Amino acid sequence: MSDDIFITEERIEGAEDGPLAGKTVAVKDNISTDGVRTTCGSRMLEDYVPPYDATVVSRLKAAGATIVGKANMDEFGMGTTTETSYFGETDNPAAPGHVPGGSSGGSAAAVAAGEADLALGSDTGGSVRCPAAFCGVVGIKPTYGLVSRYGLIAYGNSLEQIGPFGETVEDAAQLLDVIAGSDDRDATTRSEGDDSSYADAATGDVDGLSIGVPTELLEGADEGVVETFWEALGELEDRGAEYHEVSLPSVEHAVEAYYVIAMSEASSNLARFDGVRYGHSGGYDGNWNETFARAREEGFGDEVKRRILLGTYALSAGYHDKYYKKAQDARAWVKQDFDEALSEADVLASPTMPVPPFELGESLNDPLQLYLADANTVPVNLADLPAISVPAGETDGLPVGLQLVGPAFGEERLIRAASALA
Amino acid sequence: MTAQTAQQGDLVTVIGLEVHVQLETDTKIFCGCSTEPSDEPNDNVCPVCLGLPGALPVLNEGAVEAAVKIGKAIDADIPEETRFHRKNYYYPDLPKNFQITQYDEPICQDGTLEIAVEGERRTVAIERAHLEEDPGSLQHVGGGGGIDSAEYTLVDYNRAGTPLMEIVTAPDFRSPSEVRAFLAELEEVLEYLGVFDAERDGSLRIDANLSIIPEAEIDGDDTDEIGMDALEAANRTEVKNISSHKGAEKALAYEETRQKNAIQRGRAVEQETRHWDESRGITVSMRSKEEEKDYRYFEEADLPPLRVSGWKDEIAIPELPAARRERFQAEYGLSEEAASKLTSTKQVADFYEDVAGEFDPDLAATWVADNLLGELNYRDIEITEIEGRLEEIKRLVELVADDEITAKNARETVLRSMLDDGRMPDEVVKEDGLGKTGEDEVEQAVVEAIDENPDAVGDYENGDDGAINFLVGQVMQKTGGSADPGDVNQLLRRELEG
Repeated sequence: MSDDIFITEERIEGAEDGPLAGKTVAVKDNISTDGVRTTCGSRMLEDYVPPYDATVVSRLKAAGATIVGKANMDEFGMGTTTETSYFGETDNPAAPGHVPGGSSGGSAAAVAAGEADLALGSDTGGSVRCPAAFCGVVGIKPTYGLVSRYGLIAYGNSLEQIGPFGETVEDAAQLLDVIAGSDDRDATTRSEGDDSSYADAATGDVDGLSIGVPTELLEGADEGVVETFWEALGELEDRGAEYHEVSLPSVEHAVEAYYVIAMSEASSNLARFDGVRYGHSGGYDGNWNETFARAREEGFGDEVKRRILLGTYALSAGYHDKYYKKAQDARAWVKQDFDEALSEADVLASPTMPVPPFELGESLNDPLQLYLADANTVPVNLADLPAISVPAGETDGLPVGLQLVGPAFGEERLIRAASALA
Repeated sequence: MTAQTAQQGDLVTVIGLEVHVQLETDTKIFCGCSTEPSDEPNDNVCPVCLGLPGALPVLNEGAVEAAVKIGKAIDADIPEETRFHRKNYYYPDLPKNFQITQYDEPICQDGTLEIAVEGERRTVAIERAHLEEDPGSLQHVGGGGGIDSAEYTLVDYNRAGTPLMEIVTAPDFRSPSEVRAFLAELEEVLEYLGVFDAERDGSLRIDANLSIIPEAEIDGDDTDEIGMDALEAANRTEVKNISSHKGAEKALAYEETRQKNAIQRGRAVEQETRHWDESRGITVSMRSKEEEKDYRYFEEADLPPLRVSGWKDEIAIPELPAARRERFQAEYGLSEEAASKLTSTKQVADFYEDVAGEFDPDLAATWVADNLLGELNYRDIEITEIEGRLEEIKRLVELVADDEITAKNARETVLRSMLDDGRMPDEVVKEDGLGKTGEDEVEQAVVEAIDENPDAVGDYENGDDGAINFLVGQVMQKTGGSADPGDVNQLLRRELEG
């Protein structure tokens, strides 16, 4: 079973004591581990062994955790199913024959299968929340700046955060406590998480909680998913929460804006993979320009190439204003919409994914359809906000996740609310 | 008549510069690696400056401080906050295949620098100056020796991440000599600010754009501004690989002649990039670029905008060369030429003020500007290299000021011996017997000379005035040449007639 969950199965022991002593953690394979290869699910980095630890890995070790392996993922985080991994697909332990979601599919599957107590993933447009929802576990996407990205191999660096998985909200929160907090090596981190006690917030107390439901995020969603979502909200209502509809008109443009920004950043972030210092080089002689091109042609998979090309296009002279700048404007608008909606509610709730997990192989040939499946998760990254996906129930035996979104650095509020469900 | 067919006499040279200056900080601009040059390649490197996957830049505020100093010195606008962009292009010396630089919010905008060209003051507009990271360096081995023709190429990332300031001027120069004067002044200012080390290899790199346009296209008014249309119309060449102000003058003089000759012969000047070959003294066409480069600039999200609104007031800069030159003339009564020499570097000016504070300013000027700098220049030594011996030089000036040694001996014997043999001034004076002889000693010698030479005394008394010269010679011999012959002459006459 574990063969397809990890790209590299290797134990890294942490300190003897600490808050995570005795806990096992799966680490997504785009998070650098000193001396243990870190592939990003790509042929490009098949043999790349980092000479340093990501800040979150140092913190895991200091907290006494045992890392059990580097988890499978969509290549460079680009996917919603973990099927774009060069190392093959990962089955969904909660729904065999189905995808585990992506891009952090291996991390979510490791927790769902009991291969690890906890896991780390990264979330650029839903890559923690989607697999959490599909595998029936809990996943948190922290506020941008709460967790250090030092050592996280970048895909869309203005959007992404490393986030924890656990079987329960409390488990995930405990891991968040360890990894959150400012880091001198990441200038975008903030101090809000320095003295956190997220695990203590997992009380399940939702009495008086006001939940806003953005109507736009239910439109077009699968019926069974919507039904499961309302049942979960009903459960929260029974415990003293109230809910009402709110509107996020801008989210209609969020998927387009997200992909333009993420691909533009990716085209630049992935430029360093030229085979000179590390990674696949092909060993070609001759003109350096052609050598770089051949190394990249061989090293990258189709989805990665598609996104690099589209991102390069969006940033090019003559198109920059039409795409990149317009996407930035849309991003500002999405932020503003969330601010307004969160002034009318404590948290916002929606299905995490508008659909249940796809069957393995089902969606590979329709990238656009897959991009649209991110409709509920990407707006949160555009707005830099925190969100959590918690199991809401099942539809036809397939897991459904409920997403709660809170104000910036409102992780405690999300953890308190979500812990009423898991 | 187009620029291409104009007569040479109607043509004007227009030059604009992009000057890359390495800022002298202890550590690199985005990581903690040392900026000290190393003999070992890839020695001062870490995940950040190697561009390893997952590494992130963190801004060295020391580099920003240096940039703000430059901004103050050139009287530039410094924005409320400054941010960084990515300039995307592939090149083997660029670890991330993008360069972190500044785009639409540079740290300095709209500055000026005043220069003197052949006694005439000119103000050069500086459009912008921005911070960026230096790439690594390439060493092409074997084959044709070029990046496309070598057998292989070695990459050294020691330089990668060294803070650079790119200073962009308006097309304000009309001659290569103006460019040289500007660069010399700029270098002086940067050294005064303590943000630049001229001795470091590659610390100054210049790209120059040169166009030849018809004189009629220069606006008729006093502003001397170029008609931008004419500038656009004229094909310009960008000359790269210039690394000193002297080199800039030579390279641009060559390029100016080359273009004027082409126009005179009715040949078109290609719009191209040319490489200055210092050893051959010519510019060479580089392989022309296939197309206009598109760097796809966009914001560097890994570096949050930095608020610098208060920095201009908080950061102090020293008195700059131009102001110091004027003060030296007013305060010490120096000529413009002497003041210029004495402010050529901050160390020289500081030493002059030190000496002038204790001794006569004119004497100090002669000693620092003429004697000391002259001898140092002859030996190709910088004043910074004898920093520890400046007190000894001062002692030498004191010996002259106190009349204990003649100026000639001080300059020609003591100073040279100090520089060549590392001796102390008092030691040279004593061991070489250069001390000016005391009056008592001279008088004693006069008495002795009269006693020992009765014949000469007799001749003098009998009216042979020439005999006095013999006696002067005797006294000089006794005093080892250190007495003043005129003084001796008078003393002898007084003694013989008294």
